[in-house]
Amino acid sequence: MTQQLKLRPVPAGGSLIRRLSADRPARPVYVALALLVVLGWLVFALDGGAFLSQENIVGIQQRSAALGIVAVGQTLVILAGSLDLSVAYLISLTSLVTAEIMAGSDTGVPVAVAAALAVSALTGLVNGLIVTRLRVHAFIATLGVALVIRGALDARYDGPAGSVPESFQHLGYDRIGPLPVSALLWAAVAAGAWLLLSRTRLGYRIYAVGGDTEVARLSGVRTERVVVAAHVLCSVCAGIAGLLLASRLGAGAPTVGTDGGYDLESIAAVVLGGTALAGGRGGVAGTVGGVLLLAVLDSIFNQLEVNSFAKDVVRGVILVAALAIYARRRRTR
Amino acid sequence: MRRALPIFVVLAGLLVAIAIVNPYFLEPPAFLAFVKRAAPLVILAAGQYFVIVSGEFDLSVGSLVTAEVVIAARLIDGSAEATWPVLALMIAFGLIVGLVNGIVTTLLRVPSFITTLGMLLILSGAVFLWTGGSPRGALSEQFRQLGRGSLGPVPWSVLILAAVAAAAVCAMRAGFGHTLVAAGDNDRAAALSGVRVARVRTVAFMISGLSAAVAAILLGGFAGVSAQVGKGLEFQAITAVVLGGVALGGGRGSVAAAMAGAFTLEALFTLLNLYGISGALEPAVQGVIIIAAVALGAVRFPRARAAAAS
Repeated sequence: MTQQLKLRPVPAGGSLIRRLSADRPARPVYVALALLVVLGWLVFALDGGAFLSQENIVGIQQRSAALGIVAVGQTLVILAGSLDLSVAYLISLTSLVTAEIMAGSDTGVPVAVAAALAVSALTGLVNGLIVTRLRVHAFIATLGVALVIRGALDARYDGPAGSVPESFQHLGYDRIGPLPVSALLWAAVAAGAWLLLSRTRLGYRIYAVGGDTEVARLSGVRTERVVVAAHVLCSVCAGIAGLLLASRLGAGAPTVGTDGGYDLESIAAVVLGGTALAGGRGGVAGTVGGVLLLAVLDSIFNQLEVNSFAKDVVRGVILVAALAIYARRRRTR
Repeated sequence: MRRALPIFVVLAGLLVAIAIVNPYFLEPPAFLAFVKRAAPLVILAAGQYFVIVSGEFDLSVGSLVTAEVVIAARLIDGSAEATWPVLALMIAFGLIVGLVNGIVTTLLRVPSFITTLGMLLILSGAVFLWTGGSPRGALSEQFRQLGRGSLGPVPWSVLILAAVAAAAVCAMRAGFGHTLVAAGDNDRAAALSGVRVARVRTVAFMISGLSAAVAAILLGGFAGVSAQVGKGLEFQAITAVVLGGVALGGGRGSVAAAMAGAFTLEALFTLLNLYGISGALEPAVQGVIIIAAVALGAVRFPRARAAAAS
C-alpha cells in the first residue's frame, strides 16, 4: 500500500488545473540533478576546485541559457504532439539577421530584434501550416524547412557576417549581481511558457491536442490552430536564442546553431525532463531541469578535463537510461 | 501497391528529365554508374523501411556507417589478410548495434527516437575517442573492390544491391513481413493475435543495422575513409523511405517503393547537378521537393489516413 502511494503522488481525482499543471514527470529529473550537484561538489572538492563557487554557477547558467530557451520552445511543440528539427538552422538565420541589420550601430537594435523575431515567427507559421494543412509529418516538414534555411544560408554566407554594437552585447555578458542577464532571459521565457501552459486556454489546449488530437477535435478544440500556435512560439524561442548568441559572438554566424546541435539536443533536454515524446504529458519545469542537468554534467566534465567525445558517449547513455527509467515508472503505475 | 505507384512515376519522370539533358545517361555504363552511386543509400533505405514500417525510427544509421568505416580502416590498416575477418566483424557489429537498439526500444520501452539518438551520440563519441579524433589506417585493395570494382561490366555494388533488394522483397512477402506490418499498424491488435511484437521489431532494428554495415562496406570502398562519410545519411534514408509513400508511424507502404524513393532522391541530386544548381542551393531545393512530395501523397488519400489514424 505504501508503495502504491509513493507511485501515485497526485490523486487521480485532483482538480483539472492541478493535474494539467503539476509536472509530475519532472520530479525524477530534479532528484537526478540534486544527486549530480552533490557528485559535482565531491569531484570538484577532490580536484581542488569549488563547485559552488560563483564563477562556476554563473558559467553553468550562461552555458545553458541558449539551449534552455530553445528547449522551452521545443517543449511546447512536443507537448502539442509535434516536433521541430528546424531550430538549429533558424538560430543561425536569426543571428545573421540580427547582426546584419544592426551593422554595429545602436540605432538598429530595435529594428533588428523585431526583424529577427518576425523571421522566426514566420518560420514557425510555415512549419505549423505544413504540418496541419498539408498533413506532412512534423519530422519531415521541419526537416524540409531546415534544409531550405540551410540552402539559403549556404548560398549567401561563408562565415560570420554583420556586427553587433557594444550596447547589445550586454545581453550576452552582463550580470545583475550574481545572475547573468542571459539566465534571467531564460528564466523569463520559461516562466512565460509555464504561465501559458498552466493558466491559459491555449496551454490546456496544447495538452489536449498532444494527448489525443481526435478527442480534442471532437470536444470542439480547433486542433490545427493550436499546433500552428505551438510551432510559432517554438520558433520565436529559437529566434530569442539566436539574438542571445549574436550578442555573445558580436556577429552572426551561419553555423552557430548547428555547431551547438540545438535541434537534437533541445529534444534530448525536453525528454530528459520527463515530457513524453508522443505529446500531452510533461511540462516546462522538467525541461529546465533537463537543461540544467546537461549543463552541470558539462561543468563536471570540464573540471575533469574529459575528452569531448567521451562526453557524447556519457550523454547518450544517460539519455537512454533516463528514458528507460521513466518508462518503468509509467508501467508500474 | 497502388499507394506505391506515384513514386515510380516520379522516378521515371526524373530519369527521363536527366536523359533529356544528358542523352548518354540511359546507356548502360552511365546508368550503371548512377545505380552504383545510389546503391548505399538504397540499401540504407531498405533497412530503414523495416524499422519504419514496424512503427519505429532509426536515427543511428548515419553514425553507424561512419563508425563501421573508421573501425574497418583502423583494423585492416592496408593488410590484405585482414579483409575478410574485418568484413565479418563489420556485419556482426551492425547486427549487434541493431540488437541493442531493438532491445532497449522494445524491452525497456524507450521511444526509438531517443534510443537511436542516444546510440548516435554513443557511436560517434566512442569511435572518435578510440581513434583519437581523426580516422587512421587504410582500407585494403580487396575491400575497396567491393565499392568501386566490377564483375565484367556490372559493378559489384550493383550486384550486392540486387541481392539486398531481392532479399528485402522476399522478407516482406514472407510471414515475417506480414507480422512486421501488423505490428506497425496496431501493435496491440498484433500482440493479441499472437505476433511477438518485441521480437519482430528487434529483428527490424537488426536488419537496419545490417544494411548500415553493407552500406558502409560499399561507401568505404567508393568514397574512402573519412569522419564525414555517414553524415546526414540517417535523414536521407528516412526521407527516401517517406518519399516512397511509407507512413511514419508504421503499418503502410512497400519496401520496393522505399527503395524507389532512395533512387528518386539520388536522381534528384543528379538532376540538380546537371542543371548547375550549385551545392549551396541544393539543400533548399531538396527541402521544398521533399515537403511537396510528402504533402501530395498525404492530400491524395486524406480519408484513408484519417480512418487509419483514429
